[in-house]
Amino acid sequence: MSTLRLDNVGFTYQKGMPDEKVAVSGVSLTFDEGDFIGIIGHTGSGKSTLIQMLNGLLRPTTGHVYIDGDDIWDDRSKLREKRFKVGLVLQYPEYQLFEETVRKDIAFGPRNLGLSEEEIQSRVEEAAHYLRIPEKLLDRSPFDISGGEKRRAAIAGVLAMRPEVLVLDEPTAGLDPRGRRDILDVIRNYHENEKKTVILVSHSMDDVARYAGKVLVMNAGGVFFYDRVDEVFKHALELRETGLNIPTVTDILLTLRERGMDVDTDIYTPSGAAETITGYFRGEESK
Amino acid sequence: MRDITLGQYINGDSVIHRLDPRVRLILTLVYIIMLFLLKSIPQMIMALVLILSAYALVRIPMKMLFKSLKPIIPIVLFTSVLNMFFIGGDEVFSFWKFSVTRQGIYYAVMLSLRVICLLAGSSLLTYTSTPIELTSALELLFMPLAKIGLPVNDLAMMMTIALRFIPTLLEETDKIMAAQKSRGANLDTGNFIERVRALTPILIPLFVSAFRRADELALAMECRCYNGGEGRTRLNALKIKRSDIIAVIVFLGLCALIILSGRIVL
Repeated sequence: MSTLRLDNVGFTYQKGMPDEKVAVSGVSLTFDEGDFIGIIGHTGSGKSTLIQMLNGLLRPTTGHVYIDGDDIWDDRSKLREKRFKVGLVLQYPEYQLFEETVRKDIAFGPRNLGLSEEEIQSRVEEAAHYLRIPEKLLDRSPFDISGGEKRRAAIAGVLAMRPEVLVLDEPTAGLDPRGRRDILDVIRNYHENEKKTVILVSHSMDDVARYAGKVLVMNAGGVFFYDRVDEVFKHALELRETGLNIPTVTDILLTLRERGMDVDTDIYTPSGAAETITGYFRGEESK
Repeated sequence: MRDITLGQYINGDSVIHRLDPRVRLILTLVYIIMLFLLKSIPQMIMALVLILSAYALVRIPMKMLFKSLKPIIPIVLFTSVLNMFFIGGDEVFSFWKFSVTRQGIYYAVMLSLRVICLLAGSSLLTYTSTPIELTSALELLFMPLAKIGLPVNDLAMMMTIALRFIPTLLEETDKIMAAQKSRGANLDTGNFIERVRALTPILIPLFVSAFRRADELALAMECRCYNGGEGRTRLNALKIKRSDIIAVIVFLGLCALIILSGRIVL
């Protein structure tokens, strides 16, 4: 049982200085075990700051972060131990690769956990399997494999630690459409098999709509919406008004409605849209 | 990490900001040399008043000056106290094996004032000049040395690039540290050797990214036909204006006055 609870969490950069900047304020919410949560928001809405507080990289300037009911900042000597429960993949994680071989690099995290050599190797294999890293790549240098492979190797390095909660900050940034889909499929696959909590920060509403079960929409450092995907996209109009992207499908349906077609707009999958549009035309015909 | 600010520039539009950076640089050097020519406390105080009035001209709050002075206070105190004890002369008071002399105290005060002026003077230069201004000033001042084969243009370009990338690399270090900490890297505990070893996961990605950036930058510069700085023109050509000449005359006059005042009194 592993939940992550935030209680009135806020973070201010350069606190007390003339150029202080409030990045996050008054966030209270719970990430339940086994959920797949998407976080979206504008650049500068506090997403990255928020997730860096989830594993204690940043200390909230107000409020508390609880893992399984324990405040992670309660006892500094246990911070590192608690950090292991939340695996964080930062933006452009390939820049953290440093070892001689991909295998050794993936093993860095598990080794820091103090596991036995056998256990480390089995975890490396497992993580490589999830990320679809072929065996022969494991013994190459992480500096002369392709960009997409580097990205997957870096994510494998966090996955191999078997965190209770996996947090990924824009794992698809800078990848081509195929690379994006590969990574997201890997993450979904992991989530479905392991039943672990996954938090995915993304710019793309389409990706969130397709993969996540719940969405946290952030705006100006606070929570704008936090609910099941279908519930949140019922507010598509409000989302669009604040300048946030909404799923392409919802966007099209909203536009159709504005043009006078009476279609259901709480839909964010292509198949659902196809259904409601054909339904509309059938209704028109029978009139 | 981000607290390290190198030559923090304060944007402004004061008389000093508008001076030619070459003038600013040379006058700062003149001021520093003057500090070492002064021999009495009254002269030192005049030098301090001079630099403080320059601060007033720029409207830099005294708080900023104190902040930049803070780190050197222990050093100043330490050397002053040492000097106080080890300079011979007329004894003022003594305890145990140490004796404090009048000359010792005088020298200690001189030294503290000198260090404070030194720091205030050089900080004023970095407060009012952007790194780019400073490098172009240096480049132009060293230009005569190009005749004897010193690659002045290239050196200036190297300096500009180095200064430009300090904040970038600091930011990069922060990010890499965060990533490795997330993977359980232990950076804060252990003995010396363990700590040095713990730096590998940070230093290697940092070097790799520095080289990558260098490659990209070199390519970008070549794409824009950079082929050494020779004959390169600049966006803001430096020109000595009348105000610069006036500033030089006024400042040199004041410095001369301070130096000469010592001669007259003594």
